[in-house]
Amino acid sequence: MHPALQAVLTIVIGVGGCVGYFYFSNQFLDKVMFRASGPNAGRNISRANMIRPWLFLFPALAALSVYLAYPVIETLRLSLTERLPGNESRFVGLQNYQNMFNEPKFWEAMRNNMMWLLIVPAFSTMFGLLAAQLSDRVRWGNLAKSLIFMPMAISFVGAAVIWKLVYDARPIDQDQIGVMNAIYLFFGGTEPQNWLTIPGWNNIFLMAVLVWIQTGFAMVILSAALRGIPEETVEAAIVDGANPFQVFFKIKVPQIMGTIVVVWTTITIVVLKVFDIVFAMTNGQWETQVLANYMYDKLFRANDWGIGSASAMIIMLLVSPILVWNVYNARKEMQ
Amino acid sequence: MASIAGTKSSLVWAVHLSLLAMVLLWLFPTAGLLVSSFRTGDQIATSGWWKSLGDSEQNLTLRTGGAAEQAEKDGQFVIEGNLFGEPGEAVISVWGTSSRSISDYQAGDTADLSETEKVTVQANGDYTMINSEAFSGGRGQRIFVTAETPPEFTLKNYNYVLFDPSNREGMAKAFFNTLTVTIPATIIPILVAAFAAYALAWMDFPGRALLIAVVVGLLVVPLQLALIPLLKLHNEIGIGKGYLGAWLAHTGFGLPLAIYLLRNYMVGLPRDIIENAKVDGATDFQIFTKIILPLSFPALASFAIFQFLWTWNDLLVALVFLIDSTGDTTVMTKQIVELLGTRGGNWEILATSAFVSIAVPLMVFFAMQKYLVRGLLAGSVK
Repeated sequence: MHPALQAVLTIVIGVGGCVGYFYFSNQFLDKVMFRASGPNAGRNISRANMIRPWLFLFPALAALSVYLAYPVIETLRLSLTERLPGNESRFVGLQNYQNMFNEPKFWEAMRNNMMWLLIVPAFSTMFGLLAAQLSDRVRWGNLAKSLIFMPMAISFVGAAVIWKLVYDARPIDQDQIGVMNAIYLFFGGTEPQNWLTIPGWNNIFLMAVLVWIQTGFAMVILSAALRGIPEETVEAAIVDGANPFQVFFKIKVPQIMGTIVVVWTTITIVVLKVFDIVFAMTNGQWETQVLANYMYDKLFRANDWGIGSASAMIIMLLVSPILVWNVYNARKEMQ
Repeated sequence: MASIAGTKSSLVWAVHLSLLAMVLLWLFPTAGLLVSSFRTGDQIATSGWWKSLGDSEQNLTLRTGGAAEQAEKDGQFVIEGNLFGEPGEAVISVWGTSSRSISDYQAGDTADLSETEKVTVQANGDYTMINSEAFSGGRGQRIFVTAETPPEFTLKNYNYVLFDPSNREGMAKAFFNTLTVTIPATIIPILVAAFAAYALAWMDFPGRALLIAVVVGLLVVPLQLALIPLLKLHNEIGIGKGYLGAWLAHTGFGLPLAIYLLRNYMVGLPRDIIENAKVDGATDFQIFTKIILPLSFPALASFAIFQFLWTWNDLLVALVFLIDSTGDTTVMTKQIVELLGTRGGNWEILATSAFVSIAVPLMVFFAMQKYLVRGLLAGSVK
């Protein structure tokens, strides 16, 4: 069957199935199981209303359990077992973790990930704050915002191609086609550099790609927060003789600290999962490995499910403080 | 007061200039790719794309025709022609006959090549070589010119990447595959999530708060954890690798955000409307389809954009759940990664392919930015 036809059919079956499920299950509940008439009408209605939420929730809960909750547990199990021939597996305790910790490549990925965690959220938030503050003060601010925001729509792979062109290097006797080298030579560099192969620095150049993408996100959120600041506080500060920088750093920033933290943590999550950029640009060569790509390597190239799952658990472990914090905040907010 | 006003205006200028610098910096990389996709491979390889926008001054080494093209006229031997093949838009400013002095002559000047041989080069590239003796030698005279060439762009790359049937690395099929993955993977989670969000927002039942907390928790679970367990599951229940698996996976991974966004929005809807409807005897199902769903349109649109961008731009899910060994179901992101490996130097193909894949999300982005921003704000600010 032609894929396009299959897609249309899937939409019809999927959407129709969902609507049908919700409609008929409600009908069944009201008309067959607990009829809202006869001697027990009152009791039946309240019973039906106890069950109905679960009818509404069932498809979502089923999908969430199968596609997110079950994998967490299964990955934990896989990380503690060893695969044997013939679809068998054997419990090996922490052996996989031990093996992983003995691999220098893992520690390289850890070290790089930590650098990503420090640098990308910091710079994205900083540039985002700067762009938000600047664009709120000029008439063409909205245009500026949508142009800085634009990279959000570009895939990591597309961004990788865009930045590979920026970092491109040609031999010294030819015209440079990468902007970085053109600028570098213009300002007195002697040799064109292969930016992505210089250990240490190449990580920074990869991070620049993500900063470029995430700045727009930070800007949008922070700009809304800046606009939410009560005018009086700013006016009072100006009357008291504060200069624009003082107003920004001493009045505005403290008031949006909560939002800054939210932006920071959201970008942190993106960073922990960063895969496509490294996969497409260096594939972890030249000491640019990161955890998500290390895991992909282990799972699908080395076919080592034990260590692959163990490294996935490490990512989960790094995410969990944020997870706990988010849940805590959400619960606090609901009360 | 005057001095304060003075500092104000200089500050305003500083704001304008720094914002402009930032916008240009953010735009520059993408612009590079876009411009490059309209240039030929030779152009991309020989000069930076930023030089292609204005007239570019190029130093070229060209050749006149060889002895075979000579004609005898009034006892003199003449070779005539154009250095560029035919007169184009390039304009020669200076030229020379040796690589050490490439700017000896102005356009229109005549240079002595030997005692008997003269050459004249016009600004448009027309040349005349005159010799009182017969020319010999197969290859023509080398002429070193400095020429201004106007910007030159072509649609050939797009034609090649999208429509050339002989191009096995073309993007046309991958484009449709991506579309095939994206549309069901965007629509289905919305519907599933909307019902769940309504239950979590407006229905009372034990365990509701806990479920909301679980959804918030699942929001950040890295999908990396799901790869192997789900691939195993798909293989066991016979889905294997293919569209169905990819649709299901995208649905599952998109649900937490969908439920979270929609619930937050639905909670904010006015209580009166819903209670009035209940008093009038509407069932929950009717309230949902007739009142909640239409009112939640902005939130539905926000999530739809997120999910669309995310599935369109995704690489990992496609690699793991979709693309099998035949490669028939390859998507654009995968295709581009392949091209990066095999055609790393062919920037005209790379840039064009990348832009084909970027174009649709960019259009969606600019058309529906309002909803995207709204969704981001609802999803992040607490």
